Amino acid sequence: MFETIAYSILNGVLYGTLLFMMSSGLTLIFGMMGVLNFAHASFYMLGAYFAYTLGLATGFWVALFLAPILVGAAGALVERYGLRRVHQYGHVPELLFTFGLAYVIEELVALFWGTVPVPYKAPASLDFTAFSLMGLDYSMFKVFILLVAIVMFVGLWLLLKKTRAGLVIQGALSRPDMVGALGHNVPMVFTFVFAFGCALAGLGGVVGGIQFVTDPGMAFMMGPIVFVVVVLGGLGSVPGALVASLIIGILQTFFLSINFSLAGAIGSLGIEDSGFFGVLWHMETTRIAAVLPYLLLVLTLIFRPRGLFGKREA
Amino acid sequence: MATNTAAGGASNLLRFWPWVVIPLLALILPQIFDSRHGITLLSHMGIAIIFALSYNMLLGNTGLLSFGHAVYYGLGAYVAMHVLRMVNDAGGEGLPLELIPVVGAAAGLFFGVIFGSFSVRRAGVVFAMITLGLGALVHSSSLMFSDFFGGEAGLFGNRVAAPSLFGVDYGSNTNTYYLVVAWALIAAIFIYLLRKTPLGWMANAVRDNPERAQFVGYNPTIVRFIQFALAAMFAGLAGGLFVITDEIVNDESVGQIQSGIVLLGTYIGGIGYFIGPMVGAALVTVLESSLSSYTEAWVLYFGLLFISIVMFAPMGLVGIVHTQYLTWKAGGWKGNTGIRLYMLLAGLVGIFGAICVIELSYHYFRSWDPSAPFGLMGFTVNATTALPWLVSFGIAIIGFGLMLFHGKPMLARRISATSEGGNA
Amino acid sequence: MQLNKKAGLFTGTMIGLSMAVSTVTWADNHPIRISYIEPLSGPFANVGDAGLKHFRFAAEKLNNEGGILGRDVEIVAMDNKQSPSESVSLVQRSVDNGINFVTQGNGSNVAGAIVEAVDRNNRRNDDKVLYLNYAAVDPALTNERCSFYHFRFDANSAIKLEALSNFMTTRDDEIDKIFLINQDYSHGQFISKRMKALVDEKLDAEVVGDVLHPIAQVRDFSPYVSRIEQSGADTVVTGNWGNDLSLLVRAIDSAGLDVNTYTYYGGGLGTPAAVGPRGEDILFQVSEWHADVNVDEGLEEYEKWFVEFKERYPEIDWYYHRIYNQMHMLKNAIEEVGDADDVVAIAKAMEGMEFQSPTGTVTMRAKDHQILQPMYISVMDADAKYDADNSGVGFRTVANIPVEEATDTTSCDMRRP
Repeated sequence: MFETIAYSILNGVLYGTLLFMMSSGLTLIFGMMGVLNFAHASFYMLGAYFAYTLGLATGFWVALFLAPILVGAAGALVERYGLRRVHQYGHVPELLFTFGLAYVIEELVALFWGTVPVPYKAPASLDFTAFSLMGLDYSMFKVFILLVAIVMFVGLWLLLKKTRAGLVIQGALSRPDMVGALGHNVPMVFTFVFAFGCALAGLGGVVGGIQFVTDPGMAFMMGPIVFVVVVLGGLGSVPGALVASLIIGILQTFFLSINFSLAGAIGSLGIEDSGFFGVLWHMETTRIAAVLPYLLLVLTLIFRPRGLFGKREA
Repeated sequence: MATNTAAGGASNLLRFWPWVVIPLLALILPQIFDSRHGITLLSHMGIAIIFALSYNMLLGNTGLLSFGHAVYYGLGAYVAMHVLRMVNDAGGEGLPLELIPVVGAAAGLFFGVIFGSFSVRRAGVVFAMITLGLGALVHSSSLMFSDFFGGEAGLFGNRVAAPSLFGVDYGSNTNTYYLVVAWALIAAIFIYLLRKTPLGWMANAVRDNPERAQFVGYNPTIVRFIQFALAAMFAGLAGGLFVITDEIVNDESVGQIQSGIVLLGTYIGGIGYFIGPMVGAALVTVLESSLSSYTEAWVLYFGLLFISIVMFAPMGLVGIVHTQYLTWKAGGWKGNTGIRLYMLLAGLVGIFGAICVIELSYHYFRSWDPSAPFGLMGFTVNATTALPWLVSFGIAIIGFGLMLFHGKPMLARRISATSEGGNA
Repeated sequence: MQLNKKAGLFTGTMIGLSMAVSTVTWADNHPIRISYIEPLSGPFANVGDAGLKHFRFAAEKLNNEGGILGRDVEIVAMDNKQSPSESVSLVQRSVDNGINFVTQGNGSNVAGAIVEAVDRNNRRNDDKVLYLNYAAVDPALTNERCSFYHFRFDANSAIKLEALSNFMTTRDDEIDKIFLINQDYSHGQFISKRMKALVDEKLDAEVVGDVLHPIAQVRDFSPYVSRIEQSGADTVVTGNWGNDLSLLVRAIDSAGLDVNTYTYYGGGLGTPAAVGPRGEDILFQVSEWHADVNVDEGLEEYEKWFVEFKERYPEIDWYYHRIYNQMHMLKNAIEEVGDADDVVAIAKAMEGMEFQSPTGTVTMRAKDHQILQPMYISVMDADAKYDADNSGVGFRTVANIPVEEATDTTSCDMRRP
């Protein structure tokens, strides 16, 4: 059991840090602009594809920096020429705009890079076994992901707490009207925050694309999970996103690593593996793990709509 | 919000002609598209129309954006299928086929009441996220509980092995089509009348300003709940009809794609108009089924159409027509009809050019041999040479350019010249 | 640009154009058409596209040899977007267009819907249609849900497991602990259930783990790999396909686990490229054929066929040997009847038909319309003569399973017209 728990924490943290990279940008964007960006995971995907293509020419390390910048630029364009126009109609059209955008980006990615996964692999300098634990090898790349996430969290924290720009963003998070009244160019701040959030997602894609698969379906797969993280953590809260990412990462890994069902633990009690309750009784945790995030999403919204760390309700 | 005027104050003409024209169309169309596939497509349009109307009870009337409306459509379909199978197993004795959709409606209502009881407390993003989560939960469960859902293979039934109230043989697609039309008409009338009840008005009030609605003495949560449950009921009705036309139901009917499509259709048509969702649903059904026969890029076109609507015509396709109609009636076209037509033409040219660019791209990137001759708009071109690209881009740029930078300023000048501050 | 005389006709073998009308279409003879109902857009488009190329190629080869009854064969591509209900309406569209044959293979759920649609159509209408299934492996289609109008040219899941377990008995000394990991839907659930029964019955080994995971949703297989590690398994059996397979094998390899993985679809489109040399000597597949069979058994004609396909479509390989069988058996059946429109007679001619395939005699079992054919167990190998999908790795035969050992019993009680 100890082995399982240790393992779940280790792998859950690895998975959770990746989730955090994606969701931190989304939660910033939401907190500031009230836009729940459906296309956020699409920017994550763009990060992976840009890094793959750039990497062919410049190598991984340059791409690691360039790709998020490019994704951020794409985000800025989307905000400036798309979202800002829709903004006047209200939040629902904004949401719908990003919903449609997610489809378009997926199609364009499939058009340019094809529907088959691209061979986006870790650079040779990170592609070796860093350490072994309980019979399983861990590659250096996984350690690298962890480092990137830590750097990112610290950087984000410093930016928000210690810089002037951060103060403006913080202010705009809670009182956008006041920030405008103080003479800041709120639309400019919006564009910047949106671009920045997209760039963070892009960075997530640069490493996530290697860790998982880089194919046009990756955005669709990741999209809903990112929402869960942001809602659970509290809309607009960066520390909340971190905690929620880790919780989901660890919980999901734990559910996958143990072999547990009510029937297995208590005994089948003559309940057959059919009918609604029968199936639930025999349901193994591995099968529940996939729907766990959605369950958390619904439960959070019912019982604590402002999430773990949120200051106000969505 | 402009929705108010559209729902309430539209002209009489707009209010009544659909009730004549649409049923008439429903009777004429099967004479024109009389192949089996054509009839099936028409039936699917009818079902999609009911589904979209029910969706608009949420989005348009109550301001609730749902990403999981297919849950009620699908669950309605599953329950209806189980009943149909019971009738099949009983050797064709029991509930008449015409009433199977009622079972679907009852199931939709049942699940709408259960899920609605906790999801409608808040509107906006919270509601949208809850429906998203519920949609995903139900969809995943549909593969786990294979007793009820039949696994990913789904469930099959036989509509012929069921009694008919009127002795109709439903082996023929055409007869089921008329059954769909009949139910669609009934549903449309009910949904339309519901808008005219105090409940319908309160739903609008709750959409526009929940606080004020509360002050007047109406609990927004209860209004939303009733609207939600009723919408779920009509979604279930649509699901029950789907069981009859297709005789199969599987997990895709409760899936996120189904939820997304009804949202797209409703919005493209226009959520502020009663006939908006009908137009949108019909259009989306046709496009989805036939556009894919002509071009590989159909999903992209779909997405671009949707984004353009959201950005430039938030009142939907019906909204565009209606706005122009009102302007025309108010004399806003006087003296500038030519310019309007010119802009329309330039826009169409621009779209034509854009389509050429997209088709060329798909051929260039997707084909195993991009240099193979490629039929584009009646011309045979080689996508690896520059000429077709230059021409296509040129057409697109000229078309859109003329519309936006020549026609639009010209129209604005003409309007300000003829009437002070008048606007289209 | 020059004006195209055949305005509106799309030329060439462009991918993804459903209802594509090729230039040879309206020649003097009117062609025998086969609807190809597969995903040609969306996430599975690459699979549908590869299959389409196989069929187009096989049709062209037949046509060069004089076609069927002197008529050309034409493949009409239809995009079902991997949706069962869309497929049902495409069957209708085929019938409307006077097409007598539909073929499909990806997704047993789609296959089930097509069987149902074909049955229903043939019961209610005079324009009948035959369903030729080249890849859907759900045993139910030739058991409780068997149909007179359905013919399966791939080994079904039960047969594949039969062949696999028969092979495993010869490796009893190195197989002690078996771990089953499968996708959580009927395909995976069947393998999990049936394999456990077969292990009890035939093998001197135990099943130490049995996991179902959601299909196409798992991004990180390392938690599953940790369970495989903890169970002490030496062998993994999986029916996974696509990303679910590549990710699993990659996770097993990167965790440094020493297990053999037995798969259905190790050679499937995209998998060798995604797995690469990591699968060498540990990734097995059970299939009716693989490229190096041609080399091992000196099948020169068939090797030429393979090479020609590769020249035409450099990015993929000839993979579906069943399509070769299917097209030839259809030709034989139609020519035996002498009429391409008498669907019932063609179906009767196909029942029990024997065909000399390059790999040996294959038989279409009359009782349930399941093909019986020799099977191969092969393992990933970088030294294979032909690598798969330009991945640098191909497959090497480790065992040839004769027809008698690659068969199953059927509960089919067929209703015949």
